[in-house]
Amino acid sequence: MNILTKSKLLGVIAMTVLLGACKSTPMTPAKVEDKSPTGAATTQVDPNAGADTGGIKEVAIDSNANNTGNNPLKDPNNILSKRAIYFDYNSDTIRAEFRTNIEAHAKYLKDHADAKTIVQGNTDERGTREYNLSLGQRRSVAVKKALNLLGVQDKQIETISYGEEKATTNCTDDDCFQNNRRADIVYEGD
Amino acid sequence: MNIIQTTLLHILFLVAFNANAALDIEISGGSAQQIPIAIVPFGNAASAKENISDIINADLKRSGLFRTLETRGMANLPTNSAQIKYAEWTVLQAQAITVGNVEAIAGGRFKVSFQLMDALKQTQLAGMDYQIAPSQVRATAHKIADVIYQKLTGESGIFASRIAYITKLGKRYALQVADADGYNPQTVVSSNEPIISPAWSPDGAKLAYVSFEKKKPIVFVQSLTSGSREMVANYKGNNSAPAWSPDGSRLAIVLTYGANSQIYTIDANGGGLKQVTKSSAIDTEPAFSRDGNWIYFSSDRGGRPQIYKIPAGGGDASRVTFEGTYNVSPRFSPDGKSLVYIRNDGGKFKVAMQELGSGQVQILSEGSQDESPSFAPNGRVILYATKIGGRGALAAVSSDGKVRQRLSESRGDVREPAWGPINN
Repeated sequence: MNILTKSKLLGVIAMTVLLGACKSTPMTPAKVEDKSPTGAATTQVDPNAGADTGGIKEVAIDSNANNTGNNPLKDPNNILSKRAIYFDYNSDTIRAEFRTNIEAHAKYLKDHADAKTIVQGNTDERGTREYNLSLGQRRSVAVKKALNLLGVQDKQIETISYGEEKATTNCTDDDCFQNNRRADIVYEGD
Repeated sequence: MNIIQTTLLHILFLVAFNANAALDIEISGGSAQQIPIAIVPFGNAASAKENISDIINADLKRSGLFRTLETRGMANLPTNSAQIKYAEWTVLQAQAITVGNVEAIAGGRFKVSFQLMDALKQTQLAGMDYQIAPSQVRATAHKIADVIYQKLTGESGIFASRIAYITKLGKRYALQVADADGYNPQTVVSSNEPIISPAWSPDGAKLAYVSFEKKKPIVFVQSLTSGSREMVANYKGNNSAPAWSPDGSRLAIVLTYGANSQIYTIDANGGGLKQVTKSSAIDTEPAFSRDGNWIYFSSDRGGRPQIYKIPAGGGDASRVTFEGTYNVSPRFSPDGKSLVYIRNDGGKFKVAMQELGSGQVQILSEGSQDESPSFAPNGRVILYATKIGGRGALAAVSSDGKVRQRLSESRGDVREPAWGPINN
């Protein structure tokens, strides 16, 4: 059905987020104040005290992805099965080596007007979860802009972020961190 | 009355709970001035499944503000104030004595009575009777500990409050709620996809959180008692970082559509969408000021992530943090006078506390991957997420930096704690 083709050069959007060293103020321990009560003795009777703190209703969610079907998006010999775009540290610039990959996905989306993709940005685990969600979003937006430049319409692309939620944790080398700095191109129905 | 007495500067407590606790608790440090208190074992305590005086003892110890005296080996163990021989306790330096009794009453219930006595003046500081179901023994012990704490320190106790946090066991994520001492954990929602950013409603009845169950971040609000959940924000792109307005009527959230994170507000049950920030930068992690007039947030609009504030209805933003190159995740103290946040301190992420009046900043935590700071409802303690041995764990530090606790889950990760309000 769909074969990979070559087309125009991709626009490259560069944005850099810098993390650097910073200085801190050393902690000055404070004294505990004497705030002992001066009031008279009190007696209270509270038959309803110790109110029930339990009673929490549990909700269990089971989301099952359907992994059936034989299509070019899943064919390991087809470039369309390659869904990960990797990024440099603190960068959302799309590297040249991923051009053909993005071009293939752009072609597929243009050939299949009903197809919809969700671009999922990811980061490594350094930093806070919500801030990383926003940083991952930058990467998915960078892929979306590249697809837009190749003629893919906005309505076929949703950009979201997993932040650090899918990251390999406790990385000790850059290969591991590198694997987490990526955007995944996911198709509706994947 | 001088209840507070100077004691040791750094005492190490190791309190190991195993029976019902999903979270193991380890406490270190202590206030320079600790109140010596005798918590005499309650009379007929064995009739209840859980030992009330042990729970009170552990609560008070954990605060770091009390030195609880050993009562084993005492010849007389009074169970009401009339039985107290004060000289036996003042010789141990006790400045306060707690006595109490458990009595089985009709309907399988218990009557729990207790009195808090000033050991020097020999006067009653507090006394209460509770008639409870057997399931309420632990909660009642926390309430008694709160009364003692309040009477002797002048501040509200937090032992009867609850904490929420996320666990990851294997591939399963769960949002859980437990007592402040880590006991009685209950699952609120569980999923195979990530759950992040739990936030208590001001009345403690609901939790807002972000679930990836539909393969993208969506904001839900769930009632703790009924389990009913509403999808309050499911717009194109990311829906995340929910934060309640102080009156519980609105939520600040972060939406992206097809671009960078921006802050919006919505009604607490969804709808009423209003954009607050309008920038091309990242604006995220909103937190309402205590008066509800401002939203503080993290933004890289100045190049690097710093904390800014903006009127809750929108307008001009102004910068709040100036030291350091990465300050994110702002959260207010209950009195609204201080802000805690996460600072990248030379590659190590730590909890910082800033006094808003003076601008003075203290680094409070000792880890390298600390995040999600959250104040206890009395402002005395800050709970946060840390890493211990490569695994997510919770830690707490007193706002003066002197008392530290670590709560870990032996089977998996614990993360993203949020301390709930005081429920009456």
